[in-house]
Amino acid sequence: MVIQGLAFYLFALITVAAGVMVITARNPVHSVLYLILAFFNSAALFLLMGAEFVAFILIIVYVGAVAVLFLFVVMMLDIDFARLREGVVRYLPIGALVGLVLLVELLVVLGAWTIAPGGETRIASPQPSLESGLTNTEALGNLIYTDYVYAFQIAGLILLVAMIGAIVLTLRTRTVRRQRIADQVNRRPEEVLVIRKVEPGEGI
Amino acid sequence: MGFWDGYVWPLILIVLSVLAIVVPIILLVAYLTYAERKVMGAMQLRQGPMVVGPFGLLQPIADGVKLMAKETIIPSGANRVVFIVAPMLTFFLALVAWAVIPFDDGWVLANINVGILYLFAISSLGVYGIVMAGWASNSRYAFLGGLRSAAQMVSYEVSMGFIIISVLLCVGSLNLSDIVRAQQDLWFCIPLFPMFVIFFVSTVAETNRLPFDLPEGESEIAGGFMVEYSAMTYALFFLGEYANMILMSGMTTVLFLGGWLSPFAFPPFTWIPGVIWFALKVAACLFVFIWIRATFPRYRYDQLMRLGWKVFLPASLFWIVLTAGALIAFDWLPK
Repeated sequence: MVIQGLAFYLFALITVAAGVMVITARNPVHSVLYLILAFFNSAALFLLMGAEFVAFILIIVYVGAVAVLFLFVVMMLDIDFARLREGVVRYLPIGALVGLVLLVELLVVLGAWTIAPGGETRIASPQPSLESGLTNTEALGNLIYTDYVYAFQIAGLILLVAMIGAIVLTLRTRTVRRQRIADQVNRRPEEVLVIRKVEPGEGI
Repeated sequence: MGFWDGYVWPLILIVLSVLAIVVPIILLVAYLTYAERKVMGAMQLRQGPMVVGPFGLLQPIADGVKLMAKETIIPSGANRVVFIVAPMLTFFLALVAWAVIPFDDGWVLANINVGILYLFAISSLGVYGIVMAGWASNSRYAFLGGLRSAAQMVSYEVSMGFIIISVLLCVGSLNLSDIVRAQQDLWFCIPLFPMFVIFFVSTVAETNRLPFDLPEGESEIAGGFMVEYSAMTYALFFLGEYANMILMSGMTTVLFLGGWLSPFAFPPFTWIPGVIWFALKVAACLFVFIWIRATFPRYRYDQLMRLGWKVFLPASLFWIVLTAGALIAFDWLPK
């Protein structure tokens, strides 16, 4: 157990440090790279908890897809650091105020945090016992596709609507010559090709 | 459990088994470059490397020594740390994925129960080495290569994920050894043949090999993301690409070609150990990789995107529904 404990502190420390670096790094690309490091170490923390399915889904979805797109966009930003920093003093009071309000709210929430009495008895689905030999993936699947199927479907619908919205926002009719592969394949020589006998010295 | 039995001895065992996997793979990578030059030479009616050693067999070693002896040049405008880390990351990712590949029944370093997710996660990380290299080089060609690679690899991963799901539907487990055992009677390349083809083409796109080598694109963007790299940093990219090819062939073998299983379940085929069958199948996939390279011209970028999003994605999505429907209708679901 010593190794697991050490590993936990190592991963947790790197996660927090990477998180801090995300907001303090000067270069936005470095920020995204630190964010990826933070994702990675959170996945490692999930692994330590024995939630291997969630850990790998975290890596596949966040590191493999979302962060690639972040990096893609951030790399293409043309950022002038001098201009970025010029308004800092002007906006400092309002930024500090917002930060303070958030901090106070967090403290209030944390200070008044109580676990509802008898909460454990109200968990909708009992955890499968460790002896049943059920893997994470099966246990999650059994829950999501039976007890929580409506919630799961609604989440899927919301994502679908968001996707359609994004497509509608970027859809515009452009007058660009497009390649139509079907047309190219269907083209026959007799429709587009004429063979003529050209007499010398006459031309067509 | 004492300190020696509990920690030190397992550690030594793990390090030894890691070495037993990594050293042959690095040798294989070196000789894959030789095989590629020989096979392409034969296809183009040339001899390929013939000078260094008998039949040019020492050529990869000579190449390696040459690359190590050269000077590594780091451009003055480059982002030094990211520039150095990128090739290391590429090579590292190509090697760590081997931890879960079963070479024979029980011959696997880590028999984790989400093995296929692990492989998919590692292969989806491959894009970072290239994107980081493209950005850190601080050069326009390199940057274009990095951007191309990011869009390309994200596009082809989606259909690869769907294909993996349709294989998983037929297996009922995410463990790679279970996936191979499920193919005892019938390799998945027969019932899932269209998916096998799409998966193989997607792996070619994932490894940035011809005809999908647009991130490199030496005739348009002068070598793409690798344009500023030299000596060992370049060699790591090069080796990473070939190690990835072997890895993807291994993945295809495990998912569709029955891993270590022999094609016919009776002697004399069953006398041959499984690891040899595995190696033969990987070698066959690698040959197809090289064959494709020698045969096809490079895709145009819009054609590449069209193939990924408008052909492969709908086809693989449709096949999932079809597979699931067939499994339910005929009651073939894995128990």
